Amino acid sequence: MSLLSQAQTTLWEPGDITEAGVEGLLGDLKSRQADFGELFFQTRVAETWVLENGIIKEGSYGVNTGVGIRSVSGEKTGFAYADEITMSALTSATEAARSIARTGGDGVVQAWKRTEAPLRYGNQNPIRELTEEVKIGLLRDADRVARAQDARIKEVTVSLAASHDVCLVAATDGTLAADMRPMIRMNVSVIAEDNRGRQNGSSGTGGRRSLTWLLEDGRVSGLAEDAARVALVNLDAIEAPAGAMPVVLGPGWCGVLLHEAVGHGLEGDFNRKGSSTYAGRMGAKVASEHCTIVDDGTLADRRGSLNIDDEGSPTQENVLIEHGILKGYMQDKLNARLMGVPCTGNGRREAYSCLPMPRMTNTFMRAGDYAPEEIIASVSKGIYAASFGGGSVDITSGQFVFAATEAYLIEDGKIGRPIKGATLIGNGPDVMTRVSMVGDDEALDPGVGVCGKNGQGLPVGVGQPTCKVDELTVGGTQA
Amino acid sequence: MSMRDMQAREGELTETVSQILAEARKQGADGAEVGVSESVGLEVAVRKGELETVEFNQDRGFGITVYVGSRKGYASTSDNGTEAIENTVKAAVNIATYTQDDDCNGLADPELMATSVVDLGLYHPWDVEVDAAEAIAATCEAAALDVDGRIENSDGAEVSTSRGCTVYGNSHGFVGAYSGTVHAIQAIVIARDDKGMQRDYWYTMSRQSDLLEAAEAVGQRAGERTVARLGASKIETGEMPVLFAPEVASGLIGHLVGAISGGAIYRKASYLVDHVGEKVASDHISLVENPFIPGGYASRCFDGDGVATSAKPFVKAGVLESYVLSTYSARKLGMTSTGNAGGVHNLLVEGRTRTVEELLSEMGDGLLVTSLMGQGVNIVNGDYSRGASGFRVKNGQIDHAVDEVTVAANMKDLFNNIVGIGDDVDVRGSIQAPSILVASMTVGGS
Repeated sequence: MSLLSQAQTTLWEPGDITEAGVEGLLGDLKSRQADFGELFFQTRVAETWVLENGIIKEGSYGVNTGVGIRSVSGEKTGFAYADEITMSALTSATEAARSIARTGGDGVVQAWKRTEAPLRYGNQNPIRELTEEVKIGLLRDADRVARAQDARIKEVTVSLAASHDVCLVAATDGTLAADMRPMIRMNVSVIAEDNRGRQNGSSGTGGRRSLTWLLEDGRVSGLAEDAARVALVNLDAIEAPAGAMPVVLGPGWCGVLLHEAVGHGLEGDFNRKGSSTYAGRMGAKVASEHCTIVDDGTLADRRGSLNIDDEGSPTQENVLIEHGILKGYMQDKLNARLMGVPCTGNGRREAYSCLPMPRMTNTFMRAGDYAPEEIIASVSKGIYAASFGGGSVDITSGQFVFAATEAYLIEDGKIGRPIKGATLIGNGPDVMTRVSMVGDDEALDPGVGVCGKNGQGLPVGVGQPTCKVDELTVGGTQA
Repeated sequence: MSMRDMQAREGELTETVSQILAEARKQGADGAEVGVSESVGLEVAVRKGELETVEFNQDRGFGITVYVGSRKGYASTSDNGTEAIENTVKAAVNIATYTQDDDCNGLADPELMATSVVDLGLYHPWDVEVDAAEAIAATCEAAALDVDGRIENSDGAEVSTSRGCTVYGNSHGFVGAYSGTVHAIQAIVIARDDKGMQRDYWYTMSRQSDLLEAAEAVGQRAGERTVARLGASKIETGEMPVLFAPEVASGLIGHLVGAISGGAIYRKASYLVDHVGEKVASDHISLVENPFIPGGYASRCFDGDGVATSAKPFVKAGVLESYVLSTYSARKLGMTSTGNAGGVHNLLVEGRTRTVEELLSEMGDGLLVTSLMGQGVNIVNGDYSRGASGFRVKNGQIDHAVDEVTVAANMKDLFNNIVGIGDDVDVRGSIQAPSILVASMTVGGS
């Protein structure tokens, strides 16, 4: 059965919704002066288990179902949603959404174009793949392994989350498409304690995968070992330096730098409105020639991947910056139409109750030529950042920050003592021109990223090879 | 279209609570607690004088916690129908068959339940139509754009209103309802000079629409803040006094509240474990909770466990009087709940206040921070390091705009180095803070 017919069974059958009924509602949206109308149906089930203090302490299960309806007229958007999928709820939400357009329209809805995009992940519901006993066993394994690492590991918290999202988009441009999206995530966080104090360490992994993936290749033990290692490293950490200095960023998760310094600034809405520091700079040099940065929603099983975006457009590989030259923005339907460019499959929304916007999927920097050791050896005095917590950006000034959670001094080309967590701050276009070396060790993050924009959180991927920024401000306490 | 009266929903939602609790009993739960809520809202945004978005919000749902023996399970749904109730309770009970016994689980002791739930004046619906909201937003944006010729772009102005009702009940027989409204007006504009673009915003928020600041005033403040950022530059790395403006000081106090929260303490995930009775901040500040402020943003007669709230200090002249405790975290620590399941209910920063001019003058040379970025706060070890922008102060006077710098310190030192607080409290949140002057922090720049 196609994803579309499975989604129709799940979302439409309980409320006796038919294609003809949906077509009628889209016609109602178009009967006002609207360029575009859309219905987004969704149901999401999510389950979480938490181990704390050596016991399985909490579990939760939740279901969220509804439909979001929008009407777009020029730059104006009317939006309403309902938390039940019945004709009467759909009709009143349609009425509210279309009130944005005040004059009569043609009522014409294009014939359905059923989109069947290539599949980038399985469509199974991961919650049902393993029994509760097996899931709980994974948490216990992680707890045991983490505690076995060192007597200084005092507290261990493990969580396992799985969810399944079924969504269906029907729009006046003929879009009729569906997706079924699994998501899993496991996290281990520990606290280590010795006579110098307490430090934390955490490690996580996940993606649009089967839960059985966690049973393979010692993944659970790997997470526990890594979380314990980071906490123990941080027990030895000295005060971080403050001021401008060379910074080497490790492979994978450090790609959060690109997400903040470049990614958000290249989202279509900010560029249409001229509010991004990158606005109007297409074709200009915005980064050093070592930088080629792409956003790619098609990668197999990745956390940021999608078969179709939340407007029904298939995802694709979008080159944002090629050898330092700005090549493309990320677009949803609204901003693509208003800017007169093709949609890039980046229209995403947190849930049916939120409006879609241009968003990132998996954003990463392509490999360069240098060996990672060579990059570190080139720095006489600076820092090496192995892992980060979150970051954020002011897309207008270009100022961005990200917080290192595992970092070391580099002295005379060698990695030295670990340093305490510190925020790094820079200006996106400025910092990107100072990327002077890019490693050959391209890597994506382990699958834990959450991106926030206008209050909507979404799963994303980031990645990069080891790379060197000649000067970045490090926010330690040692002036 | 007009919005439903949510206060009138209290009766029906109270019945839904009883129905869910009865279902939990039927399915074998020894104890249960449930929260049912419904809300509706309207958001109208204008950009460059034109209507941009109209969003109608309506949300509902419930979450149930069941206890089977001393095991716990939780489930939630966006559907309040009878079938959804059965399925959701079943899911919660199923979870409780796999979680483990924990003596600290269970409802709060019956004698701690709130006995009087009085009207705290939280519900003041604003029947603003889309056209009227559009006009208010347009006025707000126009006032912002009007401040200075260099304000050349806008991210829009928005008017929002919401109203909701939540009913909490548990198997002790406690049931409490509260309805509330929140209204806001905000504007974000963008200015440009030869150094580049800057953005800033301002907003007003209240439970009562007639207590909102005037749209023009909000726009004007947004415009003034934006223009003031133009020409910002980094400053040299060094140690200096830092004055946190009220709009960022509440976040700072929030980190201290995080570090004295029961959840962080029993997990040993705070630098303030075993600190009751000790100095955690300078004697210039006290942190006092008042859950009963009429129309207060976080006013409540009972907490998320049904426990009666109370007015009390958490920090008195710098000394930690009590952790911020829910029923569970209190039991884990062998203490009594402070009625703070779900957080603090209007936390006020008290002490001898001074005007901002006096604080600037006392600071002499330093950094005034009006905006903070990023998540570089670790309450486990107290490390604090965030991106900042604001103004360089010299001889007590604002000298020039600053951005792309960091401010860092260990939280222990940071709070003990507070040397003064302002009289300019920001009342727009559950933590209401004034300007806070810290004697010394490390500023990272060029």
